[in-house]
Amino acid sequence: MSPVLQVENLEAFYGRAQVLFGLSFAVARGEVVALIGRNGAGKSTTLKAIMGMLAGTRGRVHFAGQEVTGWPSHRIARLGLGYVPEERRIFPELTVLENLEVGRQPPRDGAPQWTPQRLFELFPNLGEMRDRAGGRMSGGEQQMLTIARTLMGNPQAILLDEPSEGLAPVIVEQMGRTIAALKDEGLSVLLSEQNLQFAGALADRACVIESGQLRFEGSMAALRADRAVRAAYLGL
Amino acid sequence: MEFLLQQLLTGLASASGLFLVASGLTIIFGVTRIVNFAHGSLYMLGAYLGVSLIGLFGGGTLGFWGGLLLAALVVGAVGALFEMAVLRRIYQAPELFQLLATFGLVLVVQDATLWIWGAQDLLGPRAPGLGGATQVFGLRVPTYDIFLILFAPVVLGALWLLFNRTRWGILIRAATQDREMVSALGVNRKWLFTGVFFLGAALAGLGGAVQLPKGSAHLHMDLQIIASVFVVVVVGGMGSILGAYLAALLISLIRVLLITNAQVTLGGVAAWQMELVSMFLVMALVLILRPWGLLGRREVLGYQHSGTPEPMLRPADRSLQLAGLAVLVLLLVLPWIAGPYLVSVATEVLIFVLFAASLQFLMGLGGVISFGHAAYFGLGAYGVGLAVRHWGAPMELALLAAPLLAAGGALLFGWFCVRLSGVYLAMLTLAFAQIAWSIAFQWIELTGGDNGIIGIWPPAWVGSVTAYYYFAGTICVIGLLLLRHFAFAPFGYTLRAGRDSPLRADAIGIDVRRHRWLAFTLAGCFAGVAGGLFAYLKGSVSPEAMALPLSVDALVMVLLGGVQALTGPIAGAAAFTLLKTELLSLTNYWRAILGCIIILLVVLFPQGLAGATAGLRRRGEGQA
Repeated sequence: MSPVLQVENLEAFYGRAQVLFGLSFAVARGEVVALIGRNGAGKSTTLKAIMGMLAGTRGRVHFAGQEVTGWPSHRIARLGLGYVPEERRIFPELTVLENLEVGRQPPRDGAPQWTPQRLFELFPNLGEMRDRAGGRMSGGEQQMLTIARTLMGNPQAILLDEPSEGLAPVIVEQMGRTIAALKDEGLSVLLSEQNLQFAGALADRACVIESGQLRFEGSMAALRADRAVRAAYLGL
Repeated sequence: MEFLLQQLLTGLASASGLFLVASGLTIIFGVTRIVNFAHGSLYMLGAYLGVSLIGLFGGGTLGFWGGLLLAALVVGAVGALFEMAVLRRIYQAPELFQLLATFGLVLVVQDATLWIWGAQDLLGPRAPGLGGATQVFGLRVPTYDIFLILFAPVVLGALWLLFNRTRWGILIRAATQDREMVSALGVNRKWLFTGVFFLGAALAGLGGAVQLPKGSAHLHMDLQIIASVFVVVVVGGMGSILGAYLAALLISLIRVLLITNAQVTLGGVAAWQMELVSMFLVMALVLILRPWGLLGRREVLGYQHSGTPEPMLRPADRSLQLAGLAVLVLLLVLPWIAGPYLVSVATEVLIFVLFAASLQFLMGLGGVISFGHAAYFGLGAYGVGLAVRHWGAPMELALLAAPLLAAGGALLFGWFCVRLSGVYLAMLTLAFAQIAWSIAFQWIELTGGDNGIIGIWPPAWVGSVTAYYYFAGTICVIGLLLLRHFAFAPFGYTLRAGRDSPLRADAIGIDVRRHRWLAFTLAGCFAGVAGGLFAYLKGSVSPEAMALPLSVDALVMVLLGGVQALTGPIAGAAAFTLLKTELLSLTNYWRAILGCIIILLVVLFPQGLAGATAGLRRRGEGQA
């Protein structure tokens, strides 16, 4: 099966400091791949670089059969790649419905279709606060909203940046069920995580990065079995 | 009572035009974070286009209203074009460069208007069917005033619907909060920004056209309104449309009250003398009580910061030291190789270099942006002027009054300014500069008003052009060396720490506010020295020495030279002053040419002239 997202020799910079050193990996259609690494390993940078949000990125990114290297992020998003940032970044002065409206894109072939109504079934909490300002929601609710907002673009694949970070255990569990449900809908997911347990329950494959380089690529089971990799790069 | 009601209605009517222009500015700022100095120019363009188009269509009902609307749309298109052709290329540059580009547009529009419509004022056409007066509560009120009073709330309501009930409006509001995220959700930000510029410019144009039946179109409209519009936008809270409406009402009512009760005196000051000052006093008061305006929100920190980190300041390397030495030698021998005219120009250049360096010190090291630095230059000049006029002081003493008065003014104004940050701070500096200017302009007994003070000549020992050149030049060079010394002294490091991260600097025990205050005062003091020297160079002082155009000139010099290079103000002030002098002697349309050059430089060298050469040198090193 051809991959929906393919990254080759990705290099990224902040100013003159290089952060990513030639990353290569792929996400197959309908697959959940976990990008695992410690704080500062380059996970968020990888997602931003794929999304075209960093200037001066080198390497090649293919998405949905097109080379999107160097595209502005809105064109990549319109091709059906959704991005859910780590810091949530909901629009604090817009209501829940207005936040969703910003994410809305026309329906797309080969991707699940979303409406606010369908999203409120997936995230019942949000349905109860349609007119509340985003800035007046709890962290967990904001995290739900940022995923829902990205889904309004009817993406075929999403980049999820540490969705479990800073959330209460109950909410993390709920988040896990939601991502599993999205996978069942046929969505491909690139999930950046530090939480090995959370990633392990969801992902088909894992990529371990450290200092901007790929250190391990394989199935979740293989990662669990490989003590050396876990000790060296994850400190477990 | 009736009189008061009459005044109230007049105030409401004049608030409408002000609101239209201010709403456009506040919308543009809210989304793009650009303070559009050219907004007054767009307003002026709207008025001129209105006269022409209504004349073209005939003054009938359809012709009049069609003309107004078309004028607004054409101005909107001009704004959108400017955004696409210029601003789009420099969104990645530091925010101040976008400001610089809008200064360029001000100059270009001024001359374009002069060229197309000529220097004569154009009388505005009357509104068909809305002439004459109508009885309201037993008062005869001009019918057009009633239309204006009703028109502003209608526009306000339409804007509310646009921003809250349409997808475009929701996207715009989202973009004011987090532009990058809006792009990541698949929205083409470019067109959103262009659309915002179209809307904002069209509102300014509409404001200009709609006031025609009450006035005329003339060439001073742009700068006349821009200060008022800034005040309205800041008092209302930047980005808040309703705030702009309330502020426009407040400001207009106060002004109308002061003008119609012109002869009432309070503490020896007549009301009409307070008219110009009042607006800025209101603004200063509001900002002190509510640092983000009536309905504004605290500026969002974080994702909006798009600029790269400030480059490091380094002591001059060998080649730069040699270059500096060469310039010094050239300056020393200049009177032997050049005529008196050039020597006099060189004196002016040196004075402006010191003036620009004092602003660069404040902006580059302190991170305090001043839109009103001319206030301190002017205070210095008036320090000299007043000492000469009222005490007959000799130059040696009068020149001491310059830094004293300027530093005193900076100490006072600075105390208020450093309590704010970012654009609000810059706007408050503008307000204080306008207050100083209004006092100089309207306190005729003390300052001579518009005529200024004349007959300020240096004594015989520096009476010749060459002697004064050496005298002023020596003081300027000493001033520059002192400023450079401060930059590399612990005080300079402390300032830069406060600029880069006020919170962290605070946490390690630096009183950021106090240091900024001190920097503000020092910068004012050096600007005052420059102003004092300038007074003796020209032999006179006038309110122009502290007017908005000079503040803008100083900003242009610093930004052209590069804010983060100590050599920046030298290159910037020299290039700007020489260019301006040269263009002035060549053509009547020097503003347009200067404006085009500024815009071109901003697009080509977003790091400033000095920054550009540093970049070239770095690239050279990289290849070596």
